[in-house]
Amino acid sequence: MELKNINIKGIPTEEFNDNEYLENYIKELEANGVNVVLSKLDEMINWGRSNSIWPLIYATSCCGIEFMSTAAAHHDIARFGMEVTRNSPRQADLMIVAGTMVHKMAPLIKRVYDQMAEPKYVLAMGACAISGGPFVNSYHVINGVDQIIPVDVYVPGCPPRPESLFYGLMQLQRKIKVEQFLGNKQR
Amino acid sequence: MENIKKVILSAVKEAVIEDKKILTVTVEPDKLHLLAKTLRDNAELQFDYLVKLIGMDWGEKLGVIYLLSTSKDLSKEIVLKTGTADRENPLLYSVTDLYETAHYNEREVYALLGIRFINNPDMRRFFLNSDWVGFPLRKDYDANPELNPVSVESVEMVDTAPRIMETADGLVEETVNIFEDDDYIINIGPQHPSTHGVMHFRTALDGEIVKKIDVHSGYIHRGIEKLSENLTYPQILHFTDRLDYLSANINRHALCMCVEKAIEIEVPERAQYIRTIMDELNRIDSHLLAWSAMTNDLGATTAFIYGMREREIILDIFDKTCGGRLIINQNVIGGVMFDIYADFQKDVKSFIPYMRTKLIEYDRFFSHNVIALGRMVGIGNMTKEEAITYAVTGPAGRASGWSCDIRKHQPYSLYNKVEFKEVIRTEGDSYARYLNRLDEIEESLHIIEQLIDNIPAGEIITKPKAIIRIPEGEYFQRIEAAKGEFGVYIDSRGDKTPYRMKFRSPSMALVSVMPLICQGEKISDLIGIGGSMDYVIPDIDR
Repeated sequence: MELKNINIKGIPTEEFNDNEYLENYIKELEANGVNVVLSKLDEMINWGRSNSIWPLIYATSCCGIEFMSTAAAHHDIARFGMEVTRNSPRQADLMIVAGTMVHKMAPLIKRVYDQMAEPKYVLAMGACAISGGPFVNSYHVINGVDQIIPVDVYVPGCPPRPESLFYGLMQLQRKIKVEQFLGNKQR
Repeated sequence: MENIKKVILSAVKEAVIEDKKILTVTVEPDKLHLLAKTLRDNAELQFDYLVKLIGMDWGEKLGVIYLLSTSKDLSKEIVLKTGTADRENPLLYSVTDLYETAHYNEREVYALLGIRFINNPDMRRFFLNSDWVGFPLRKDYDANPELNPVSVESVEMVDTAPRIMETADGLVEETVNIFEDDDYIINIGPQHPSTHGVMHFRTALDGEIVKKIDVHSGYIHRGIEKLSENLTYPQILHFTDRLDYLSANINRHALCMCVEKAIEIEVPERAQYIRTIMDELNRIDSHLLAWSAMTNDLGATTAFIYGMREREIILDIFDKTCGGRLIINQNVIGGVMFDIYADFQKDVKSFIPYMRTKLIEYDRFFSHNVIALGRMVGIGNMTKEEAITYAVTGPAGRASGWSCDIRKHQPYSLYNKVEFKEVIRTEGDSYARYLNRLDEIEESLHIIEQLIDNIPAGEIITKPKAIIRIPEGEYFQRIEAAKGEFGVYIDSRGDKTPYRMKFRSPSMALVSVMPLICQGEKISDLIGIGGSMDYVIPDIDR
């Protein structure tokens, strides 16, 4: 991807390059040849899976509103096949944790996560879900949702713009595409 | 003024009256109820609106501050104070029988300061779990995380409430059941898409009729008030945005005004114009989201997409002005952070007629839809008296016929220079609240129209000193946010950080009235009523 010279203090332009380490890693692993049938089938399944992720929105605060913007007109998450937001964890593939997690919420998010069927992914949206954000010193706030459940993609921002969320979701799609779905246990 | 003093002294002889900016009366705990009752029932004074109930830790004493106002004229204010020196088992008297809104506020005070209220019908902790160690807002709170570790073990819901009642033979501690034994109870929330956040309603049903609702809150209690005590004022500004994020700019405006008044700096005219215009745009944005979410709750997904489409245009204007979309860090102490961009006026002026045509469109395709009417008209009725005692302000309060717009009663910024109508309806049902929001969008457009061409040139900020220290004292600031009256209270000891910071959340009142107005309605309408109230949970939990 061609990048113009982006001028942000402290971050060199090279950092903005698309990171393709996952694809390169897989290429390396597959250098000695793979099962023709299974790998092609895998590719096809993963292509389908990555383009029809059904998210569960675990929205607690401001980031939830930005997700609503993402889903509605103007930004339109349906372009990525992710518009089917599920309110039941049993039907969802991806949990988008949007907002601050507090002590009282911890058992509940764990339970919702456990109810989701494999394969499942978690995206931490916003500073609060990543680390506690502005409330990191509070007595009632958990410093990051990854202390309770495993997280696949982190999207920084307070709240992240819809574009950032899209970028995060595209990273997740990429992660899904290099997974081995058949013949081995996932992840 | 003299009259008020006479009334107070005739009721409570020992009352200590101080002439501050707001008349402040300090009494012993056992006299407070009597004083509040006198002030409320006095035909002339009628202090029937409890604006704020603030739990305080003064060091040697624990106590409560009440800010009272009258429902007829919101600019009249009086402050009552009471406290107890007993830190082990502090007990005060409840005013829940006079002001229903005190109920949840007192439970909040119990959770955060450990003060229990005699005669409050339900003395459970509001935000924190019942096994929480310590009382966070006390100055000697031990914040050691080992005392309160994060637990992922599910806790059993206990439907009994302790309380302390005053009887003829002294105080009696007792436990009451919230539900009856054979009630059918379901949980709505905390993770439920239509509760508009993480609210938890334990609902007892009789068939599909709602019998009783028990509200559990605190699933997003972030401890903002405690955090504020260790931060400087410019740092606290960022928290106000994240309370009610839909009226982020308005909340921030409130804290800015409170600090500006305290340190006595004048905000430049240009900044006032920018602030007022941004506030009104923010209000439209909030009402549009409320409208969209409500229609979505009622099953009209298309309407949701329409509302969000119009909202994006406002967000684009915010984005171009200061780079933020939802949370715009525009207001700072002394003025605004960024000047408006070159095409700002052009963009806003093209938005106004566009929004007007869209309002007609909304009216045409949703407001008179038979199904929508069936789910809104006559549903969730709230009378004016109920609105006042539960302190329900904003579009919901005005839908019950209560004129409670702070912009009219206590004009701030430029609201005394512009002409606008306070939208009041008397039906008090979901439909009235729904229509009120759409009409308020129109009024906001009208306000912007009057200001947009007259933005004067000049400075956008009066720079305060690098380190802002507020002189010793107490400061109240009230403002009309999109959901109702938002308030800031600062107790300063002359430091660069506040001694105590309290935010009055309009949404808390909106939720506290839900058990009342949902009683006897269908369970599917509970969602619709919730949409019409339009509460924001992080604003309640703080």
